[in-house]
Amino acid sequence: MIDTTDPKFWSDLWEVLLLGTGQTLYMVSVALLVTIVVGLPLGILLVGTERGGLFERLFGSRRLGIVVNRVLDFIVNLGRSIPFIILMIAVIPFTRLIIGTFIGSTAAIVPLSLVAIPFFARMVEIALKEVDSGLTEAANSLGASRWQIVRKVLVPEALPSILLGLSTTVTSIINFSAMVGTVAGGGLGDVAFRYGYQRYSTIHIVAVIIIIFIIVQSLAAIATFFARRFARKSIDTLAR
Amino acid sequence: MISISHVSKSFGATRALDDVSLEVARGEIFGVIGQSGAGKSTLIRTVNLLERPDSGTITVDDTELTRLGAHDLRIARQRIGMIFQHFNLLASRTVQANVEFALEVIGVEARERKTRAADILDLVGLTAKASSYPSQLSGGQKQRVGIARSLAARPSVLLSDEATSALDPETTRSILELLRTINQELGLTVLLITHEMDVIKAICDSAALIEAGSIAEQGKLVELISRPGSRLAHELFPLGEVPASATGTVIDITFSGGAADRPVIAQLARDHQLDVSILGATIETIAGNQAGRTRLELPGSPAAHTKVVADLRAQGLLVEVVRGDVA
Repeated sequence: MIDTTDPKFWSDLWEVLLLGTGQTLYMVSVALLVTIVVGLPLGILLVGTERGGLFERLFGSRRLGIVVNRVLDFIVNLGRSIPFIILMIAVIPFTRLIIGTFIGSTAAIVPLSLVAIPFFARMVEIALKEVDSGLTEAANSLGASRWQIVRKVLVPEALPSILLGLSTTVTSIINFSAMVGTVAGGGLGDVAFRYGYQRYSTIHIVAVIIIIFIIVQSLAAIATFFARRFARKSIDTLAR
Repeated sequence: MISISHVSKSFGATRALDDVSLEVARGEIFGVIGQSGAGKSTLIRTVNLLERPDSGTITVDDTELTRLGAHDLRIARQRIGMIFQHFNLLASRTVQANVEFALEVIGVEARERKTRAADILDLVGLTAKASSYPSQLSGGQKQRVGIARSLAARPSVLLSDEATSALDPETTRSILELLRTINQELGLTVLLITHEMDVIKAICDSAALIEAGSIAEQGKLVELISRPGSRLAHELFPLGEVPASATGTVIDITFSGGAADRPVIAQLARDHQLDVSILGATIETIAGNQAGRTRLELPGSPAAHTKVVADLRAQGLLVEVVRGDVA
């Protein structure tokens, strides 16, 4: 049981929360970075290798395009359907391979990224599919290359939707980062587990909830702000 | 300039284009008219190979596009501008940046892009809107941006895919005028498709009628209007049905060139002592020339009418007998 009258209690609480928040932010931001770097191209490739897509004939071969599309689709579905707690355990050998250990915040980044990548890739896929095919056609008529179409047409035009997808992705990464805490990943989930659950400290639980709420809300607000900024279309329709 | 030769294209069991051949001369405005589903959209999209034909060849500016590989085709497309019914502008870019996009594609460096885009925006009359976003523009202004973008890389050919179909009549007129100006000032060859005869009348030098994937008729407008039985000419001068009350011989006279100024009907009444009635008439300016068509009812015996028709034909007029027993 925790003694709140202990003079060291508040400074301890502060220290624990600060460390937990730091670890959470570290895990989440690195996992997010990895998710964007891997998930964005994955989403583009998912849409592109579809029938009539930009990379329909991958390296000149329609068959390769189909195979890549099927494989990616399967991986994304697999990643999305495994419960995180199981995925986290299942990828331990892989985590060990690339990080050297499966304990600690750095090691936690691996399962976090693995769960977020398929999720984000789907978001990107949906966002890109919303882009009017007439724009690709116009770019083609101007003689644009596929790479130019991706970089200058598809991604910029889908950016508002992609950002909103990213916002949802961050929220789920934060969600899963708390779960990682229970298996020695550290962070705020670890704080809640060790102090709130094992030592019945309501103050810790409440503090953790408030901090996570603030993190999630601010990130969502930032993402929405930029999404709106880039979505000239919706802004103007709203203004009228 | 554009040569479409024996092009066919099917989508599954539907034959969208069936052995289509067209010749568009350098510097002219060529209009293809047809109803929706006739294959005109597929046709124009095969010209820059957005739609690859199943068979046949496409040649633009002496380059046979159907033989080119992916990379060379991209280069060739940079010389072929295209505008669209729904404009297809990038919503995330300003007007200026939309035009610059075409220049980024061909690798023009930033400073030159800026001045060239500004020049073209000036040409289409949109300088004031350079920093606006497409969503802030009217349909006509959006199409002007589309035109500016298509011209940025200085193409020799412009393809127009129903460019005025989403616009009101007033705006349509101003966009067509702009196309005419561009055609004359830049010497651009224009191939357009439309379902509106007014577009053909307003700016085209030549026209083709497409039906169920085949070209039913094609030629220069000045020739078409004096071609007997031409369906395009009938569409250009719609006179409608012959009224049931008309009992005599009914003829259509087409006036073009100098004949439009002569008092043909007055003379006819005088010379043949005929009380002709005018059932319908229309006068249009086609390819810059006045041309008209009048539908007359000739009373009396059909025997006398043969001479009347022969007389009119002798004057160089196109006479078609709509009803009656006259050679």
